[in-house]
Amino acid sequence: MTGVAELVRRAEGLCRDYRLEAVADWKRRHGGLAVGFVPIWAPRELLHSQGVLPVAILGAGDDLEIIKGDAFYQSYICHLPRSVVELGLNGSLQGLDGMLFPSTCDVIRNLSGIWKLQFGNLLVRYLDLPQDFDRDLGGRFFVHELQELSRELTARGALPYDAGRLAASLAIYDQHRAAVEALYDLRRREPHRVPTHELYVVLRAGSVLPVEEHLAMLRDYAAAAAADATRRPLDQARVLISGSFCEQPPLGLIKTLERAGCYIVDDDFLLAHRWIRGDVRDGGDPLQALVGALLRQAAPSAVRWIGDDEKGRDLVERVGKSGAEGVIFCAPSFCDPALLDQPMLARALDAAGVPWTSFKYAENTGQFQVIREQAGTFADSIKLWSGA
Amino acid sequence: MTSTSPAAGAQQPAPGKDQSQERQKRMIAEHYARLAHAPQTGEKNAYTFVPGNLVELLRCFDVLPVLPEINALQSAMRGKSRDYIALAEKHGHSEDVCTYVKCDYGMLKSGNVGPTGERLPNPDLLLLSYTGCFTFMKWFEILRQEYEAPVVMLHVPYQGEGKVTDAMRRYVVDQLRRNVIPALERISGKSYDEDRLAAMLALSAKAEDDLVAVLQSAKHRPSPIDAYFGGVYYIGPIFTAFRGTQEAVDYYQELRAEVGERQRLGLGPVTPDGPAAQERYRVVVEGPPNWTSFRQFWQMFAGEGAVVVASTYTKVGGVYDFGFRHDPSRPLESLADYCIGCYTNLNLPARVAMLSRYVEDYAADGFLINSVKSCDSFSAGQLVILREVEKRTGRPGGFIESDLVDPRYFSAANVKNRLESYFQMVEQRRAAGAAR
Repeated sequence: MTGVAELVRRAEGLCRDYRLEAVADWKRRHGGLAVGFVPIWAPRELLHSQGVLPVAILGAGDDLEIIKGDAFYQSYICHLPRSVVELGLNGSLQGLDGMLFPSTCDVIRNLSGIWKLQFGNLLVRYLDLPQDFDRDLGGRFFVHELQELSRELTARGALPYDAGRLAASLAIYDQHRAAVEALYDLRRREPHRVPTHELYVVLRAGSVLPVEEHLAMLRDYAAAAAADATRRPLDQARVLISGSFCEQPPLGLIKTLERAGCYIVDDDFLLAHRWIRGDVRDGGDPLQALVGALLRQAAPSAVRWIGDDEKGRDLVERVGKSGAEGVIFCAPSFCDPALLDQPMLARALDAAGVPWTSFKYAENTGQFQVIREQAGTFADSIKLWSGA
Repeated sequence: MTSTSPAAGAQQPAPGKDQSQERQKRMIAEHYARLAHAPQTGEKNAYTFVPGNLVELLRCFDVLPVLPEINALQSAMRGKSRDYIALAEKHGHSEDVCTYVKCDYGMLKSGNVGPTGERLPNPDLLLLSYTGCFTFMKWFEILRQEYEAPVVMLHVPYQGEGKVTDAMRRYVVDQLRRNVIPALERISGKSYDEDRLAAMLALSAKAEDDLVAVLQSAKHRPSPIDAYFGGVYYIGPIFTAFRGTQEAVDYYQELRAEVGERQRLGLGPVTPDGPAAQERYRVVVEGPPNWTSFRQFWQMFAGEGAVVVASTYTKVGGVYDFGFRHDPSRPLESLADYCIGCYTNLNLPARVAMLSRYVEDYAADGFLINSVKSCDSFSAGQLVILREVEKRTGRPGGFIESDLVDPRYFSAANVKNRLESYFQMVEQRRAAGAAR
């Protein structure tokens, strides 16, 4: 078993592997295709079953100077696509054989078109996630979409679709989801054992690793964190972070919140790992199972039509489940899904008597003093006044 | 996303109105009057959006459409959007998001008074035609919290691969059959009558023929129309409440005749300050107009002798000029094709191809992009579009920035400055071309 510090150091290195050296290494060892995807979700199970390495492209945080990317976007567009374009144009993503763009928002959607214009020789595909959740309507449509994707992958050298292989891939990803959930559960119970700035990098390291390796890393980290006797609980406010599901906050921001007196006990970072809740396998046809899980088990995030559900119900339930004492809306600037959702979610929190605060960031935000003061005041107010 | 048609209650652009303008104004005023009196008459309505609207299907059940984007742009033209947006922001809506949404929300919270000064009815149905704009989904989640009405979501798949597939069409048709039609039957108490729908679609196709003839008249020199500032009036009836009606057929016949007569006489378009004097520049425009300073914005073009000969904005409620028509022989499939084919549901390569084609087909001197802060569906990628269309056509592109309905983001001096610089560049290119 690896020590926590060493493991986290390795994870941090993988988080900053913007030139995808780990992916290149995997390709040398396995010879398969590698296909990137931008937030928030992609059918990694299907790719895996065809011998393709799914690679999460999450931008470059505050580590990359944006030069060309800014020439692609007006000032009122969020930051993520700038750094993704920058990575594409500076050659960092040349190890990828394709890119998938899920229907997260109009910026991501149009980025798929930019990719087609800039990198037309690659597989570039927009994934129109169903907003109708009936198996015979949205389900049938999305099965067809995935079959098309599968055929395109095969045409570019991936293994052909095979139900048995997909079933096996569902199984490994079910284990992966369970391992992620176990870590979140440990953090909910004993947040001092799983600081979020560690959990975050350990999860994000999975962006460039095959699922099997990342699963081992998660299990190692869980064991090491649980066994570390030096970690003692502090008198921190328990908060839930909402709104950071696409463009990721800089690591410094997460550390700032913790230093400001917050235990983050739930969040929506890196949602690809946790968008589908629970196991996907259902004993039936694996492709139907994958799509069925997407229809019925996807978390009610901002990128998904609320359907028959009540807006904010899930957030209030997560507050209860995690024992959060307050919610921090922490959304990227100009993020339509998060920011349009916020007043509706705030209304649900108000109705439930849950305190909240909000601020915005960009992935390359470098100054945290204001955020620290705001989060610190929020944490203090929870500690001082919640009981009252 | 952004949509269209300023007609009702808005200040008409020109002195000496044409017959068709008077007719349009009357039609739209009557529509709003019906809506205002719906609580008394019992007429049902559905709130829905312009892109991918299902007006024929609604009318098939005698349900009237209410279009929140139109209400927002009307509010802007009547100088009310600033207060409405401020009210929405006071209620927690971010300064970063779509101002159509905030304007509509502010209007709702201020009594939901429509463009004719009468209160709009609460919705009997919220019909979310989710076409070409992510924000639509959030918008209807917000409306859903405000009203007790039932909600139906019609997910219209995006043309990510630049084509309409059978699977996409079937997905839409199946949702129409399984979700939308039963909801309309429930609120209207009427059964679905496909023959009635087909008859309406036949009327739609007639009106669409005439609209296309009007838009394509701009290929003539001088262009008898302005296909952007004037165009938003022309698309009014067909993009909003009147597709599938005899009134729309009559309006477009009349409009076509008037435009044909101007073309025969060699006249240019009518501008806010009267008939255009001289056509100095022919330009294509991408993106929606600014509504808070619409007249001033138009005057900036007209003052330079610039005529917009084609625009993408006049395609947000349907792309008809490349051949699509509603087809009574396949009613639901045709509605599906219509929804999938609206401009903002096209991917960026298709938009680039369309703009490039416009520049060539309409013999434009160049093209301009009006990038609005509110609308990622349009704006995200426009700088790439700019470079690609320049590369393909060899004509100069210009870029200006404003907003839909938030007056804080319209800087007249900046816009004018950019336009003047742009037209100087066109002049220089001409001079250089002549010297060669």
